[in-house]
Amino acid sequence: MHETAPHAVHQHAPPTSFIRKHVFSLDHKVIGKQYYGLALAAVIIGMVLSWLMRIHLAWPTWPIPLLDKLSAVGAPGGVMTPEYYLSLMTMHGTIMVFFVLTNAPFAAFGNYFLPIQIGAEDMAFPRFNMMSFWTTFVAFLVMMASFFITDGPPIAGWTSYAPLSAVGGDAGPGLAVGQTLWAISIAIFCIGSLLGALNFIATTLDLRTKGMSLARMPYSTWAWFVTAVIALLAFAVLLPACILLVLDRTAGTSFFIPAGLVLSDKLQPHSGGSVLLWQHLFWFFGHPEVYIAILPSIGIVSHILPVFARKPLLGPRAAVGCMIAIGFLSYMVWGHHMFVSGMNPFSANLFSVPTLIITIPATILTLLLIGTVYGAKMRFTAASLFCIGFVSVFISGGISGFFLAQPSIDIYLHATYFVVAHFHFVMAVASLFGVFAGTYFWFPKMFGRMMNEPLGKLHFWLTFIGVYAIFMPMHYLGLAGNVRRYSAFVDDYMIPLIPVHKFITVAALVTGGAQLIFLFNLIWSRFKGPIASENPWEATSLEWSTTSPPSFDNFGGRHMVVYNGPNEYGVEGGAADYVMQTSPKKVVTS
Amino acid sequence: MGKLFAVIVTVITLVSVYFFVRHTWWLPVDISTTGLAIDHQLDETMIGTGLLFVAGQLLLGLFVWQSSDKNPSRKIRIFPGGSTPLVTAAIVLVGIEILTLTFVGSKAWAAVNIAPAAADSVQIDVQAEQFAFYFRYPGPDGVFGGLHPDKIDDGSGNYFGLDPANDVAARDDIVVGSLAVPVNRPIALTLHSKDVGHSFYVPVLRIQQDFVPGLEIPVHFTATQTGKFEIVCTQLCGLGHYNMKAYIEVMPEDQYEQWLKTQAGQ
Repeated sequence: MHETAPHAVHQHAPPTSFIRKHVFSLDHKVIGKQYYGLALAAVIIGMVLSWLMRIHLAWPTWPIPLLDKLSAVGAPGGVMTPEYYLSLMTMHGTIMVFFVLTNAPFAAFGNYFLPIQIGAEDMAFPRFNMMSFWTTFVAFLVMMASFFITDGPPIAGWTSYAPLSAVGGDAGPGLAVGQTLWAISIAIFCIGSLLGALNFIATTLDLRTKGMSLARMPYSTWAWFVTAVIALLAFAVLLPACILLVLDRTAGTSFFIPAGLVLSDKLQPHSGGSVLLWQHLFWFFGHPEVYIAILPSIGIVSHILPVFARKPLLGPRAAVGCMIAIGFLSYMVWGHHMFVSGMNPFSANLFSVPTLIITIPATILTLLLIGTVYGAKMRFTAASLFCIGFVSVFISGGISGFFLAQPSIDIYLHATYFVVAHFHFVMAVASLFGVFAGTYFWFPKMFGRMMNEPLGKLHFWLTFIGVYAIFMPMHYLGLAGNVRRYSAFVDDYMIPLIPVHKFITVAALVTGGAQLIFLFNLIWSRFKGPIASENPWEATSLEWSTTSPPSFDNFGGRHMVVYNGPNEYGVEGGAADYVMQTSPKKVVTS
Repeated sequence: MGKLFAVIVTVITLVSVYFFVRHTWWLPVDISTTGLAIDHQLDETMIGTGLLFVAGQLLLGLFVWQSSDKNPSRKIRIFPGGSTPLVTAAIVLVGIEILTLTFVGSKAWAAVNIAPAAADSVQIDVQAEQFAFYFRYPGPDGVFGGLHPDKIDDGSGNYFGLDPANDVAARDDIVVGSLAVPVNRPIALTLHSKDVGHSFYVPVLRIQQDFVPGLEIPVHFTATQTGKFEIVCTQLCGLGHYNMKAYIEVMPEDQYEQWLKTQAGQ
């Protein structure tokens, strides 16, 4: 496609000072690792919060050691109050969705590998790139600050529905300063994500090396690119929504607050706002956000699975087409979160149909991955196991979407644990399986050392069985009408379900504990792992045509020229069964 | 390793399906006229997607099992026909499933949310607040009094903001904390919220509808069995959300009339 090889000219020389090298670095690889580190810190916090919640749900009167140190008001004697449960739940959801599921598969791996996979020396706008990370970091600090204020974190959930989130402290604890910090943090996060998305798009379109046509881009790069387009449009809506929310809370405006509300025995001084406006703006972002979380992992798995299957991804063009279709459709379905919200009931059908249609490209992607496994000579590594596991959990999470996409069934299942099961499987677990696969696969490139395989496999088995033990029973709870976002189950018909909650709690603690194996492996391998070669997995894409880890300019001054697509596995007639993208050798496909 | 995966994914699939098929944890009995269609829709979706779930997981397990064959002379095999049969199967099978579900399901939805309440419905107002539901009947005059948010005063029991001093219609309005309805008669509720978002969820009626501050939202249903059932809040409304509930008591017609008279006399 390119006659000449347009290259990112490295306008910045390799830095020498510690600050410029490791802190305020312009190098996309350092920024990628920073995003990964931030996501890792966030996921540890998010996971501990889920443990605390699960323990409380199963054994509400158990004192949890040290919890009263975190908040003497929220957990006197280590037993959390109902409002503190909601605070932890809000923070769990917010941290996981924004700072983990958006940061890890997209910002972290995308930053590190997108430029390398297209043969660029850096992102198109390195300074924007640095800004996008540090903006996100500030957003994280602002969010964390709410743990340390008297009132505690907000209790309105990660969706922060108005007017609960908009009217201030009269609505309850955590809804004064905590909720304002939430809205400001998310607004800052949006700015960071917008800068990052712009950078991804510009880099993909402008900095591909000679021979790297769009058709030859690795599927992970395709996924990051499509995700960046989605993110650009989605965060551009959430940003003003958060600004309006902050104004309602601090400047006396009434964007989301109608007249005549009475809270804490006070008639609120607002009028003219619309509660549903927040929901429309939030979900216009919120649904595409689901795909921002999952598409990169679909791309990562599509990239990695063929490496270990030793055969090409089945139907690569269809796969890329499906990613684009999902990105497009993701903007037409937000109302399916609002079937019972009181919006015009006729619109439910209009939102339901595209929601169901989106299952077609999702099903195709799944079948293509299954079809890729067919007839493979699978090399079982931690990375490939997590790819296979991804397909399984993506099926499980996707299937339940058929129920919730239908307004008539959603009447019953909305706001129950069925929904919790659905989005955890399809968005959280599947996305994290992609991150795990990516970590085991790319760690050697990022750090120059191999991770420990037996520990990685143990981590996989415990996690794979564990997530099913946690989330499959939540479907049963939902079918029985168990409402989500409850800090205790006091209703007559929910009390008999508490044993199921106890089972889930035990499973969550064990599965969470298994993640310590991953954490240990990560840290131990960083320093003690065996030295990695340039291409330990015998993969084709450009990141495997350079040193591990890559040099500052990625390719040691070489201008890479690409001759093949990334899918040349199972090639016959040569010493190796694969052909590198940079190999001028003529490919004979089997 | 591949064989282990196949075994584990099969066991997970079978155990998961077992509890769905056995209905170990399942929907409560349906006591509404519209719930049957919803339950049918759910059952059909369960069967259709259940088959996809089992087929997908087992196929994955089978292929992973086969792919673990370590015979070095074995060559890789491409899926018969390439991606075309899979893409076609996905479009046709899922497409048919979607069309069917949408066509049938839209009727179930319409019966609950698009069809208007019957003209002779029993009219009841519902006010939700942190963290309680209140129900209002128009009283012997059959007319609801106007609502004045500035008059709301929980301390004196004026949950709806009635103004009986100046509003004749409000004087006989009956306000209670538990919903009483006659069996086999259409009921039309109007949902209001005093403060934040709430939701009206009665699993046995297959009804869930948000209260949206600033909007009056209609809900209608007909209960077909007598008994006392729970109404719970499903929209996060604050610290007492988990404990926000009320009861709906479905009574025989004569008992309901008597109940109304008793309430009106108080």
